[in-house]
Amino acid sequence: MIAGAFHRAMALSVSGKIGLALMLFWLLIALFGPMLAPYPVGAFVAYDVFDGSSAAHWLGSDYLGRDVLSRLLSGARYTVGLAAAAAMLASAAGTALALTAAVGGPKIDEPLSRFMDMLISIPSKIFSLVLVAAFGSSLPLLLLIAAITYVPGNYRIARALAVNLAQMDYVQVAKTRGEGRFHIATAEILPNMIHPLLADFGLRFVFIVLLLSGLSFLGLGVQPPDADLGSLVRENISGLGEGALAIIAPAVAIATLTVGVNLLIDALPGRSKGR
Amino acid sequence: MAGAPSTSGAKTALILTAKRFASSLLTLFLVSLTIFVIAQLLPGDAAQEALGQSATPQQVAALRHEMGLDQPAPVRYVNWLTGMLSGDPGQSLVANMPVADVISTRLPNSLLLAALTALVAVPAALAIGIGSAMNRGGRIDRALNIATLSMVAVPEFLVATLAVLIFSVKLRWLPSIALASQDMDWSDYLRGVAMPVLSLSIVVIAQMARMTRAAVIDQMDRPYVEMALLKGVAPVRIVMKHIMPNAIAPIVNAMALSLSYLLGGAVIVETIFNYPGLASLMVNAVTSRDMPLLQACAMIFCAAYLILMLIADVTAILANPRLRAQ
Repeated sequence: MIAGAFHRAMALSVSGKIGLALMLFWLLIALFGPMLAPYPVGAFVAYDVFDGSSAAHWLGSDYLGRDVLSRLLSGARYTVGLAAAAAMLASAAGTALALTAAVGGPKIDEPLSRFMDMLISIPSKIFSLVLVAAFGSSLPLLLLIAAITYVPGNYRIARALAVNLAQMDYVQVAKTRGEGRFHIATAEILPNMIHPLLADFGLRFVFIVLLLSGLSFLGLGVQPPDADLGSLVRENISGLGEGALAIIAPAVAIATLTVGVNLLIDALPGRSKGR
Repeated sequence: MAGAPSTSGAKTALILTAKRFASSLLTLFLVSLTIFVIAQLLPGDAAQEALGQSATPQQVAALRHEMGLDQPAPVRYVNWLTGMLSGDPGQSLVANMPVADVISTRLPNSLLLAALTALVAVPAALAIGIGSAMNRGGRIDRALNIATLSMVAVPEFLVATLAVLIFSVKLRWLPSIALASQDMDWSDYLRGVAMPVLSLSIVVIAQMARMTRAAVIDQMDRPYVEMALLKGVAPVRIVMKHIMPNAIAPIVNAMALSLSYLLGGAVIVETIFNYPGLASLMVNAVTSRDMPLLQACAMIFCAAYLILMLIADVTAILANPRLRAQ
């Protein structure tokens, strides 16, 4: 299992390996980052605000004189964790609905697909802003809002895959054999669309990281005292005029995470047709 | 493909376009319903919110009546929709002005920002997309592929922050805050919006260039291009004279799709640079829970998005004989 994964990783292109390394790096930071933090997250440890890099504070200090590295290490957990959970929820819900549509016949498929088409024509940032205004932005709500925003996109892809697979001979055979709809959806169709769905999961993850850090940046996402990477950019925005490290570092952190996942997805086999 | 279509191609295309237009209108209607329903889920109500905790129940009831909140939801929806259509989407709760007035001061700024971004992004994306398609598989193509792939995933506020760092902190060329007012002359205005436009352009260019490249490469694999190659036509001439006329529709399609990224990007970029546009207005409406204003802004963004999608689909219909014959 591990050897197989290793071989597959070695078969990736250079950019794919870089992407994989970046993704694993951020995964480890999300898991162990807070343990590695040199200072407590909320502690005022530097005398100067917006300090540059130094031996005591690798990434300088923020607008209150807190250690940026420590805040970044704990912020990554919110960004990665929330986005991963939301992407999982979005993919699970979207795929479950898509499978229901694929095996349920036109009576279920038609209205469900029309409804999803309608949701997809609301730009995702605008949709999530309306949802935040209506429901607020506690952590569970943010997770739910991000997931709801990206269900239609996953549904569209999963439905296209599932409808194609449902026409296949082996599925017809299973139907003739008298298998139930649930069995056909989960045991016949689902296993054969797992790979493209994983790639789509990666894409949803990137979109959701960007969405959530965007919301936090606007002050509508993760609320203090919790802070994800987007909140770190927001709280240090007064340092923009002097180009403070405290604002560059979290922004670069988000970019390396999203770019890494994007490079990895692009390098996966079967997606190299120049899309 | 079953037999010849009974109507002429032009007529079929017209019918398809009309159908597509009607379906956009229907979608817009459903979107308005969705936005209205979500906005109604707000805990508490706007009258209570506007008057605060100290208001007497009588005051709240009076304001509810004045705002029409005591009517049933379907009636309020119809009132809101007809109001939107006649250009009066209600009263902004926070600004205490008609929503139409608030929006009309902001909308031109956003349109100008979008137009300037398109002006920068379209030529740049065309050059990158066609250039990397002509170099397919080569070093430049691979480098551009990685670059555009990365730019697509970079958050707008990193681009904006880096732009400020380079152009206003290090080089001191441009101001870090974009102000747009009536009494500014053009050169001041352009200096002010240079960085918002730059930040917005990056993501749009990357997206557009990738789709342009795909459209050109799709044509390159066709037999007529091989024929021209075998005749000994120069590569630049092949692209300009042979490929471009056929690729123009997919490219316009790609442009319209990529420009829709502007709608989301503007939310961040207008806020970071304090640009007085519609997107930053919408963010303020969310912060202050000014629902009438928020609903109106959301509808404008959705309408803009649907128009771009409509343009994309209609160019595809007009350009693709197979679609016409369907």
